[in-house]
Amino acid sequence: MKLHEYQAKEIFSRYGILVPNSTVAHTPEEARDITDKMGGRAAVKAQVHAGGRGKAGGVKIVQTSEDAYKFAKSILGKYLVTPQTDDQGVPVNSVLVEELADIETEIYIAITIDRDARSAVMIISPSGGTDIEEVAQSTPEMIFSEPIEPVLGLMPFQTRRMTRQLGLEGSAARDTAKLMMSLYQIYLDNDCSLLEINPLIITKDQKVVALDAKLDIEDDALFRHKDLHELRDRSQEDQLEASASDQDIAYVNLDGDTGCLVNGAGLAMATLDVANAAGAAPANFLDVGGGATDEKVAEAVSIILSDPKVKRVLVNVFGGILRCDVAARGTVLAYNRNNCTLPLIVRMLGTNLEEGKEILRNSGLNVIFADTLTEAAKAISESR
Amino acid sequence: MGILLDEHSRILVQGITGTEGSFHAKACKSYGTNVVAGVTPGKGGQIFDDDIPVFDSVEQAVKETAANVSLIFVPPPFAADAITESIDSEVPLIACITEGIPVHDMIKVRRHVDRSPVRLIGPNCPGMINPAAQCKVGIMPGAIHLPGRVGVVSRSGTLTYEAVGQLTSLGIGQSSCVGIGGDPIIGTSFSEILQLYDNDPETDMVVFIGEIGGSMEQQAAEYIKNHMQKPVCALIVGASAPPGKRMGHAGAIITGASATSKSKTAALRDAGVTIIPSPADIGVTAQKILQQIG
Repeated sequence: MKLHEYQAKEIFSRYGILVPNSTVAHTPEEARDITDKMGGRAAVKAQVHAGGRGKAGGVKIVQTSEDAYKFAKSILGKYLVTPQTDDQGVPVNSVLVEELADIETEIYIAITIDRDARSAVMIISPSGGTDIEEVAQSTPEMIFSEPIEPVLGLMPFQTRRMTRQLGLEGSAARDTAKLMMSLYQIYLDNDCSLLEINPLIITKDQKVVALDAKLDIEDDALFRHKDLHELRDRSQEDQLEASASDQDIAYVNLDGDTGCLVNGAGLAMATLDVANAAGAAPANFLDVGGGATDEKVAEAVSIILSDPKVKRVLVNVFGGILRCDVAARGTVLAYNRNNCTLPLIVRMLGTNLEEGKEILRNSGLNVIFADTLTEAAKAISESR
Repeated sequence: MGILLDEHSRILVQGITGTEGSFHAKACKSYGTNVVAGVTPGKGGQIFDDDIPVFDSVEQAVKETAANVSLIFVPPPFAADAITESIDSEVPLIACITEGIPVHDMIKVRRHVDRSPVRLIGPNCPGMINPAAQCKVGIMPGAIHLPGRVGVVSRSGTLTYEAVGQLTSLGIGQSSCVGIGGDPIIGTSFSEILQLYDNDPETDMVVFIGEIGGSMEQQAAEYIKNHMQKPVCALIVGASAPPGKRMGHAGAIITGASATSKSKTAALRDAGVTIIPSPADIGVTAQKILQQIG
């Protein structure tokens, strides 16, 4: 789960990390009034769950409150397309109006999980404020990473090493080291999968301030963070993906026109690859999971059918925990509820296969059966 | 022989009284597996399915039944505790089926595994099976397996069944099948399983099924290139996945160039691995290799 910048900064403040004075605005009028109170100059920043918003025109330094009004009016209620979003973009429902800072130095700092090291890692760079992927490409020597031993946690000597790597001295070095410790505590306390400040700035009067904030919480750990659930902003998510996740169905919206219902993530990925190779690109990834009931399968198929791109549906089920008859009944249920006439290609194997086939045969639907993945590929290719 | 499991494997099931644990404990038993104990805190003294004693702790279960394999079905909030409880009793082989364990928990558990005399398979995995020994420690449908000489290793559940189904339908049996798990942090890597297969006299070749995310397949390619004697054929799924999206498995997410199926396939090809062209061709590719090696 992603948080908005303003939500992450609220958490940062609680841990003693300095952030600029700021207020969230939902209307252009609010943006103007807040800017007025700040003395007429401010940074107005679109609150969206997507990186690259600066480049995409989602951030503006305004010199008058009227400018704040105009800029807020131009983006609020619109969709912002950034290099990290799809073509449709994400809706801008609020902006953060923030006091400007006197920047002396811009630093990059992040904590993420290093799968290969099987630990958290703190990543820092003195080249903050820019796209860190670009820094990694052009000047990899400007990026430093510090693995964090999980039992010990981040140790003070590591923070001293990192502030040296950043070229900091005096109070700026000490305060940055302290911030690193706070950041690691936030990472632990909130089960973060990513924490990023870009840029972290040293102001002209040597204050260490988080100018931006990105905080992602690991979905699998949300069960122990009930207080964070209310921070979820569904408007920023793909709507089909959001409603699937409510039903505990793993669904990812894709570009093609073949709707896919599969049990198991690996088989689901394999099924997409088969569909692609057959020239009928998948409209989605969908893993309905092992313990699905008739109703859950029906919900899953309904999600697929509610996607207007879909021109045919491929059901690929390896019956084990999920039985073939359950998959068949759920699929028929969803087709009937939605009065759907799209071609239905079914490949099933395993537990209660014959019962499942019987249900589909008696359903009155136009079902194309396939016994193997090869046959399924042929069938979807022919249905184009 | 086969790997990890044999006729001497004595299984204890953690979470045996839960819905999943009880269903699969019975399925393992009816496959022929020697399920000797169950553990559910607070339910010690019960008898499960006529003859399996339930204990309050792993420690008691191991002491009373000499169990040497743990199979874990405990829900995510309690799974780290269950794994470490088996480590504490030095159960040498632990398979954790549980999906959805927080990665922060697994970082700590994995560190603990590394300094303990145990092997952890999973989590978020289907488990493992040795058909010749009639020993199934996991959730795979037993009936699709056939005793034989092909080793299977995979990050996935149902895709492993697909692979096994294709092999069995061609009359090709399996020495063992291991699902190592779809999470970003797991107990045992591809390379470690490949090494076990390479040293197993009952295994002639290996079917390897990887997927997008991380770089474990590249590490396996490195291992194969430098050490592996037996032929390997490999399938990497997820070519159709967009970057940054989690494809069901917590670990199946493209976060950099090495996480793509293209990069993984290239690394394996360079290591001399036969690439399986499509998920539909797992069985026939293995068949060709078996014909070549006679």
